[in-house]
Amino acid sequence: MAYTALGGSSEGVAARYADGRPIALRCVGLVKRYADVVAVDGLDLEVRAGECFGLLGPNGAGKTTTIEILEGLNTADAGDVEVLGQRWATDAAHLRQRLGIQLQETQLNEKLTAAELLRLFRSFYAQGPTVEALLSSVGLESKRDAWYGKLSGGQKQRLALACALAGDPELLFLDEPTTGLDPQSRRQLWDLLAEYKQRGRTVLITTHYMDEAQVLCDRVAIVDHGKVIALGTPAELVASLGAEHVVEFALADGKTMPTVEALSLLPGVRRASVQDGRATLIVSHLHEALPALLASVADPDAFTLLTTHSATLEDVFVALTGRQLRDA
Amino acid sequence: MHPRHPLVELTLARVREFLREPEALFWVFAFPVLLACALGLAFRSQGTPDVLVGVLAGGTPHGELVATLEQVPGVRVRALDRGGADVALRNGAIHLLVVPGAPVTYELDPSRPESRIGRYVVDDALQARAGRRTALPVADRLVTVPGSRYIDWVVPGLLGMNIMGTGMWSVAFAVVQARVRKLLKRLIATPMRRRDYLLSHMAARLTFLVLEVGLLLGFAVPVFGVPVNGSWLLLSALSVLGAVTFSGLGLLVASRAQTVEGVSGLMNLVMVPMWVFSGVFFASENFPAAMQPFITLLPLTALNRALRGVMIDGSGVFMLMPHIAILVTWSLVSFTAALRLFRWR
Repeated sequence: MAYTALGGSSEGVAARYADGRPIALRCVGLVKRYADVVAVDGLDLEVRAGECFGLLGPNGAGKTTTIEILEGLNTADAGDVEVLGQRWATDAAHLRQRLGIQLQETQLNEKLTAAELLRLFRSFYAQGPTVEALLSSVGLESKRDAWYGKLSGGQKQRLALACALAGDPELLFLDEPTTGLDPQSRRQLWDLLAEYKQRGRTVLITTHYMDEAQVLCDRVAIVDHGKVIALGTPAELVASLGAEHVVEFALADGKTMPTVEALSLLPGVRRASVQDGRATLIVSHLHEALPALLASVADPDAFTLLTTHSATLEDVFVALTGRQLRDA
Repeated sequence: MHPRHPLVELTLARVREFLREPEALFWVFAFPVLLACALGLAFRSQGTPDVLVGVLAGGTPHGELVATLEQVPGVRVRALDRGGADVALRNGAIHLLVVPGAPVTYELDPSRPESRIGRYVVDDALQARAGRRTALPVADRLVTVPGSRYIDWVVPGLLGMNIMGTGMWSVAFAVVQARVRKLLKRLIATPMRRRDYLLSHMAARLTFLVLEVGLLLGFAVPVFGVPVNGSWLLLSALSVLGAVTFSGLGLLVASRAQTVEGVSGLMNLVMVPMWVFSGVFFASENFPAAMQPFITLLPLTALNRALRGVMIDGSGVFMLMPHIAILVTWSLVSFTAALRLFRWR
């Protein structure tokens, strides 16, 4: 995560680069406490211009608090934030013109049409696409005169995205944009974001869906308890497991689960964990590990569950925290 | 199309939302007219209001008493037994009960003005019947010309109350709803100027004011002959000032409320005292002198007095300056305070 300041530059913070690319967003030592919890606990991030950066973590990990501090909608108790080389304390008005923001839960005015809402949001920005262009960019041309309240969940999220794009932003913040959507709507939104990214713009997205992060993000920071616990490209993070396969199994009541030590010693197994009667094995050689596992349990009827899949970011999270992402 | 100014777009959004809400339209436009209609009928100036008298039946013969009172104009009389009479007195179906005998007894609740009046009307009739002669000749001149009837006095009050009620409710509800739905938070994530948002609520109010005041006066002036003795221009300007003042107050009341229930309570806290004290249905002069300075400073008192000044007395702008000054002060203070206190999240 090293960055270098180009000495003597008059642009100051704007002239920071990483791997030859300018830094779009940077925060150091971010801390936010609420009455009885520490929501963000010394979090560092660096997002490069033109990349899609994902904050991945379970609900309650501090993702939304973090992104809202970066968006200038919340204030940190400690730490430093630079967005597009500027700071919220001094450049808020200018920054707002350059950012696109989609909040986790916003209900727009039920009785305004898609076109009216876009015209409203467009009027706040000095420049940006026309209302018609915004509508077509999210595939809502046919809904231009439909009330917001009559749109489906996926259409509402696409309209929210169009509102975020109304000022043709350099940096787009998306907080859980596909939560609660059906698979088809999620895929539609992913396609839209992929198009936007192709235009060289920067995206910061939070999600608790590992598949979303895997598909969309150039780099991912895994966040837990307000801290970054892993950072890298999705491929790097999965590779950090040291094995490509995951075997999960559970045994019927009354059958004895082998110990974690015994499981770890099976051939081809890199790591093993057991939680709530469910064992997870990180496996480098499936063809060795699986027969060995079956032999060690002996009774084939004992399995109530036995599955294998290629390792994902979800498995990275489990390996790092011992908890499942979805129910952490 | 080139984007319009954010203030214009925000105002348009408010106006559209409101027009697409049929229930709100009823409360803002139809309800005040219905209320004026009901009040106009109840207090129409065709003759004096009737005195409702009961005569206790059973025991001493009551036929002659009933016959005597039936001949008195403006008295409606009926015979009642004890139980019926008590119920009728309690719920105001009769203003007083006459118990025949020697002496004749009047039963009444002295805190009801119509009962005290009824007592004198009935007593006068019974004394005359018993032979009393008038000692001093007198004559009445009944004042029922437009401008001095109750309906003439109450319509400006209704107008003021309506400007207050719809101004505060429509602004405060819209703001709190937008806050609950996190729309406010979404808006401040854009470059929108916060002042523009608050101003758009005031601007949207003015759009409806034209319809609102127009409908009420368009009904009351021709139907009840309520006069507008002063200038229509001044009357319009006062309505605008009132609408601005109360939308400012609405913004202030809604500036921190997090729920619709919460803001409803606050609204009542602010508005109910003004309904009572500010002379909507009865003159604020009924309250003790010690309270008068406080009552005078209430925005609805100022608005009602200014509206009555223009409509009834035909006052000019100079005469109404104190009221106008009070309203201007309220609007500046409440808008500035709202902008400062406003919770956007």
